[in-house]
Amino acid sequence: MSLYYFYLSYFLLKSSNFMILFLNSYHVSLCVSAATPTEEMNGAGNLMDFLDEPFPDVSTYEDFHTIDWLREKSRDTDRHRKITSKSKESLWELIKSLLDAWSGWVVMLLIGLLSGTLAGVIDLAVDWMTDLKEGVCLSAFWYSHEQCCWTSNETTFDDRDKCPQWQKWAELMTGHAEGAGAYVLNYFLYILWALLFSFLAVSLVRVFAPYACGSGIPEIKTILSGFIIRGYLGKWTLLIKTVTLVLAVSSGLSLGKEGPLVHVACCCGNLFCSLFSKYSKNEGKRREVLSAAAAAGVSVAFGAPIGGVLFSLEEVSYYFPLKTLWRSFFAALVAAFTLRSINPFGNSRLVLFYVEYHTPWYMAELVPFILLGVFGGLWGTLFIRANIAWCRRRKTTQLGKYPVLEVIAVTGITALLAYPNPYTRRSTSELISELFNDCGALESSQLCDYVNNPNMSRPVDDIPDRPAGPGVYNALWQLTLALIFKIVITIFTFGMKIPSGLFIPSMAVGAIAGRIVGIAVEQMAYHHHDWIIFKNWCRPGADCVTPGLYAMVGAAACLGGVTRMTVSLVVIMFELTGGLEYIVPLMAAAVTSKWVADAFGKEGIYESHILLNGYPYLDVRDEFTHRTLATDVMRPRRNDPPLAVLTQDSTTVEDVETLIKDTDYNGFPVVVSRESERLIGFVQRRDLTLAIKNARQKQDGVVSSSVVYFTEDAPQLPASNPQPLKLRRILNLSPFTVTDHTPMETVVDIFRKLGLRQCLVTRSGRLLGIITKKDVLRHMAQMMNQDPESIMFN
Amino acid sequence: MLWVLMLHSLSIRGHYTSSLLATLIETAQTQQSNSEDIRCKCICPPYREVEGQIYKQNVSLKDCNCLHVVDPMPVDGKDVEAYCLRCECKYEERSSGTIKFTIIMYLSILGLLLLYMVYLTLLEPMLKRRLFGHSQLIQSDDDVGDQQPFANAHNVLSRSHSRSNVLNKVEHAQQRWRRQVQEQRKSVFDRHVVLS
Repeated sequence: MSLYYFYLSYFLLKSSNFMILFLNSYHVSLCVSAATPTEEMNGAGNLMDFLDEPFPDVSTYEDFHTIDWLREKSRDTDRHRKITSKSKESLWELIKSLLDAWSGWVVMLLIGLLSGTLAGVIDLAVDWMTDLKEGVCLSAFWYSHEQCCWTSNETTFDDRDKCPQWQKWAELMTGHAEGAGAYVLNYFLYILWALLFSFLAVSLVRVFAPYACGSGIPEIKTILSGFIIRGYLGKWTLLIKTVTLVLAVSSGLSLGKEGPLVHVACCCGNLFCSLFSKYSKNEGKRREVLSAAAAAGVSVAFGAPIGGVLFSLEEVSYYFPLKTLWRSFFAALVAAFTLRSINPFGNSRLVLFYVEYHTPWYMAELVPFILLGVFGGLWGTLFIRANIAWCRRRKTTQLGKYPVLEVIAVTGITALLAYPNPYTRRSTSELISELFNDCGALESSQLCDYVNNPNMSRPVDDIPDRPAGPGVYNALWQLTLALIFKIVITIFTFGMKIPSGLFIPSMAVGAIAGRIVGIAVEQMAYHHHDWIIFKNWCRPGADCVTPGLYAMVGAAACLGGVTRMTVSLVVIMFELTGGLEYIVPLMAAAVTSKWVADAFGKEGIYESHILLNGYPYLDVRDEFTHRTLATDVMRPRRNDPPLAVLTQDSTTVEDVETLIKDTDYNGFPVVVSRESERLIGFVQRRDLTLAIKNARQKQDGVVSSSVVYFTEDAPQLPASNPQPLKLRRILNLSPFTVTDHTPMETVVDIFRKLGLRQCLVTRSGRLLGIITKKDVLRHMAQMMNQDPESIMFN
Repeated sequence: MLWVLMLHSLSIRGHYTSSLLATLIETAQTQQSNSEDIRCKCICPPYREVEGQIYKQNVSLKDCNCLHVVDPMPVDGKDVEAYCLRCECKYEERSSGTIKFTIIMYLSILGLLLLYMVYLTLLEPMLKRRLFGHSQLIQSDDDVGDQQPFANAHNVLSRSHSRSNVLNKVEHAQQRWRRQVQEQRKSVFDRHVVLS
């Protein structure tokens, strides 16, 4: 009996391993291949291959290090030249070269398909789970409220949202639909569901994929600039981010799904990169694919393909050549097409808040639009400062030790305060949709409770000349409370350990503010229509003020104030709304908010988070205007130990190993000899370690006192010496050098434009020192009076 | 072409994404099989004594107008045209099969993940303790003082049985994955180095 129990528990333990069989395949390293170097298009090894720990290749990078853009580019050129020269040999080689050229487009197609599918799944699941907090559909539990009542026969305006198939929880459990008891029970269950969803989300993130938390865009920006974060774009991160994003958005927290969708799309991009060795072995080419994948992500998040491409260009990517532009365009197109064919919203629109009015706007309205822009800039500054302060507190104090408790507490407070106000009880996307929409005959919400003159001969939906009814004033109060609530709670929500975006909350804040201003202007136009400005502007019988337009402009202003987007913001907004007439107000608001926000601080929210985390991100937008020289920044400084160098033919293996063990530099310059100090080249630490380990294992005769040489021919040694070790193939013979009097302005420019990791400093041909990217970033931080010690990675 | 691509990616790891894609696209292509998935929604605002009404019917696009959908007509013959002019009719369609499939698939994936999480955090340490007793549990160096369930007890297991190569490799793969997740957890939650 005990034997049976033993085998049963043993079987249970073992069977769990098979669950993760396919998912754990390439987790150790993303850009290392276990197959032979001559592997071409598909890496279809057998089952055993991908279970092996991949043997690290000589030209791969360590975690949290920067790639060498120039080396990647030259490796790609070599590969391309080899394929082109072989293609003339036979027909099969020609076909292979054509397939290689087309592999980029195939990857884009696959990325678009998978991103569109995942976005559709996320949208449908969020739609259902958000409604699950309030009630359930009895006929088919998988329908949300709107879908459940799709075929119902209720015909009056008042009953439009009620149908017998969908019941709230209180009604289901106790049978009463109205009354204080039902309200309290609904309230309690709402909070309970919200807590459950957020607890599940944070637990899944913590147990399976800790990299799935946060927005993802600051880290993707850093990755695209050349940084390596292993596992950040892995399969488990993709799965967990998709699943927990639905849970996080459905729990009613003040966060959006656009930023995480960009991360999801980049994970898809990374997944398909591993199919082709052209992308899986070359980090530079991989980043081209990731830029295009980011465009596809924004395209499905907003239903804005062109806005997505521009977002990738403006916000996310570091290098964006024309080829990436075309590829991004294609990926965004395929993703939008896939999402449309899944059709999550039942009306062939890609996004929930697609509005279609075409009422004109007037020149005098630019004044409130610019005021909204100022509001957006001010709010952006406030949000960035407060959020960074809170995140810093989370990073450094006890608050950071309780992530699960923090998430549950914030969810509880959000649910507690959000339920009483009907504008915050529903999901933020629905709120924005209602605020953007103009009041027509279809609207029955409180916002459209205008007093109708029953003797009017014109149709009812001619709004401007009507005074606001009591419903509108009620709605204004509730909206003001909702505005204050959203402003405060988003500061604490963004940055928690669950997937969280901030596009939708910012747009909500702006939309609420815009709508309030719009209604105020409208009522002012009605009650004071004898003032000069209104006399020319509002003629009786003509459409005067569209509060929905003000909401749109406010949303654009707030989003621009936080992220500092310009062109991509305007394009996304008018792709969202279809209103080409409103480009000028949107641009005016975006420009104003950017000016106001930039007056207080130059960094947007993503750059601020990059600074907070200390990533080595050299921003292309910063201007370096100080008159320092290369000697001021280079290492070693006056009191430092001398530069650690290798000589071209007089260092032994033991010396090299001691050097590697004693220091933690990423690379060592190679000079002719210690006396002359003339530069030969540069060798990377990782390459050195691997080469020596290889040599000790494979080559016989190599011992600790073997001489390491980097020249073409072995040095002349007496025969009694052990066999020397040739390491010329890992030596970079063309390291970048500047002289010691080069201004730092030029050096920073070189680092930015070429993507360098380090640069050697020489004087009259002799090696003087080294400048690394970390030194450059620290110097820039020092010049801007920030803390230079906050730059953590190199 | 699409099926060729599906099969191509099927032969490589990550086949779960392609099977998901295949079944979803197939479901999307079979929409409209349910006649309840299309409807015409006419919203008619208040007119004289008649109150605002909403009418819905499962008709196709060509029949989606006021005369076909508003039934019974609340006004008499000469007012019908005026009434219908104010009504706004919209044609909508959805795919109930896609919705059902997506929600059920999502819930099953969520359920599987939750079960696996419960297993990893609660059941596995319990099972290991029952199998090997407290004395033989080997804690890895990093777990001292840590409550992590990823204790490295599989070494004990591997020494006591001879097994086929595949099982060995699967176990090593899982161990590697756990170590990775532990590293990630340390960077994000403990040291606050990334994603703070």
